[in-house]
Amino acid sequence: MSHTVVRTLRQTGFFLGVAFFVILAAFPFYWMVITAFKQNSDLYDVTNIPFWFNEAPTLEHIKYLFEETLFARWLLNSLIIGVCVTAITLVTAVPAGYSLARMTSRKGEALGIMIFLTYLVPPTLLFLPLSRIIAELGLQNSMWSLVLVYPTFTIPFCSWLLMGFFKALPVEIEEAAIVDGCSLFGAFIRMAIPLSVPAILTVVIFTFTLTLQEFVYALTFVSSSDQKPITLGVSTDLIRGDVFFWGEIMAGALIAAIPVAIAYNLFLDRFIAGITGGAVK
Amino acid sequence: MAVIAEPVAKPISRSQFILDRREVLETILVAPAILYVLLLVGLPLLLAVYYSLSAYTIYNPTWKFVGLVNFEEILQNPTFIDTLLNTFVFTFGSQLLGLVLGKFGAFLLLQPFPGRKIVRALIILPFAVPVALATIAWQWMFDSLYSVINWTMIAAGILTREEAPNWLGNPYLAMLCIVIINAWRFFPFAIVIFLAGITAVPQDVIDAATVDGAGFWRRNYQIILPMILPIMAIGLIFGIVFTFTDLSIVFLLTMGGPGGATSVLGFAGFQTGIVSGDVSHGAAISLFMLPVLLVVVIFMLRFIRRREI
Repeated sequence: MSHTVVRTLRQTGFFLGVAFFVILAAFPFYWMVITAFKQNSDLYDVTNIPFWFNEAPTLEHIKYLFEETLFARWLLNSLIIGVCVTAITLVTAVPAGYSLARMTSRKGEALGIMIFLTYLVPPTLLFLPLSRIIAELGLQNSMWSLVLVYPTFTIPFCSWLLMGFFKALPVEIEEAAIVDGCSLFGAFIRMAIPLSVPAILTVVIFTFTLTLQEFVYALTFVSSSDQKPITLGVSTDLIRGDVFFWGEIMAGALIAAIPVAIAYNLFLDRFIAGITGGAVK
Repeated sequence: MAVIAEPVAKPISRSQFILDRREVLETILVAPAILYVLLLVGLPLLLAVYYSLSAYTIYNPTWKFVGLVNFEEILQNPTFIDTLLNTFVFTFGSQLLGLVLGKFGAFLLLQPFPGRKIVRALIILPFAVPVALATIAWQWMFDSLYSVINWTMIAAGILTREEAPNWLGNPYLAMLCIVIINAWRFFPFAIVIFLAGITAVPQDVIDAATVDGAGFWRRNYQIILPMILPIMAIGLIFGIVFTFTDLSIVFLLTMGGPGGATSVLGFAGFQTGIVSGDVSHGAAISLFMLPVLLVVVIFMLRFIRRREI
């Protein structure tokens, strides 16, 4: 009898613990959702219970977002930036990752470590000189400055991720292709790249989400509203003077956050592998 | 690693000959990435060092070398010392809190239970979502008038409306807020890192220890912990580097206030270098991050080398 009581207590404690973590992690998102669909009169009435809809939910915040603000433009900017940065990253990181994985000399190891260390150099150390360089190039206040700068962190991350992937790819496959008359480069193009499509897909997703998440460079280089990416636009432009349009802000944050959250959940293990670079093994 | 036999020299075109030389091809393939990083990370880094030693401002862009004067001036400013201290409190406070939460969360998620996949997906959210967007959600939760946290405490009878704290208006509470948000952002990462480490420990090692009489704590702290130390160290390094240099939470939530109570290095560098246009002082402030980053990097390098022996 007392045995069952202990077990029940233990199970209750366990699920209370799990509930605590779920609430802690997810409450701000619940809060975004509920704010995004609440009528203002409901939102700003302190006598109302804030956790659910006291009045009927509304789409007016989302409508306002698309009709009265540059939200659609910010979405488009983020999309353009993401696509361009992804293209630059793929063209440079796929060959680099392959090359680093196949290098047998000490030089390869040194280069690999250098690439790894690059993503420990923070934007807050670089934004001042980069902002001068961007001004020299005439890119100030333009989203193209972000297209130029974002690869500085996506290339190291993706090269490192792909290096791990290519190392796991048996070199015998390329050797066989060479025996069959392929050149070394041809073996890379015809064998290694097709076999690495899953890894390349991961790289595409991470590059895209990393560019969506970035804030510091966007804040430093872009101040015109119509050039802002989504994260910056939502967090700085929906505030007029001292007035916060909370319904619109939360709706915008929600729309921008959902794709990134889904992508991370699907590819989290790869992301961790990319950051730790095989430290587990 | 296997060395591929060079194909028997067939006198084809010269370019093909070059592309078949392993070292040459490797160099060509890796060059664009290295060049990009050198030009847009290495060069700016050197430039930042030079700015900090010059008298460069947006209004007077001279390259005049002034030595360590900027650093001296910064150190004489008492608010800068506070900024430095804030940065350490912010970084280590949130990392510690994040690690504790991460350890407990990982411990819970290790057990199989129905709905674990959904729970995991929900717990990952804070790490996945752009920090700027999450920060403004928190800002709304800490709102002076409409704070849901205050509302709950009032409804629960813990506080009256008059006693409800103004989270972002009180220096200590504001610091607590940015620590909490950052810990909240990183604890899912810590959980996943712990989980990745623990699941990589071979079960037979744990079984062998159990057979040899090691109890739960002994297994935990003398077998598992040392084995997951490498991956934990990397997780912690990222946590420290990203937090120590971050400015987005402070910029969006408190603007360094109230009264400089939450100003951190990244934010101060931004305010001085970009907003005020005093590039040289801004660069000097940012460079105060460098010693901490160097320690981390040296630790990292030693760590990588030790693993390879």
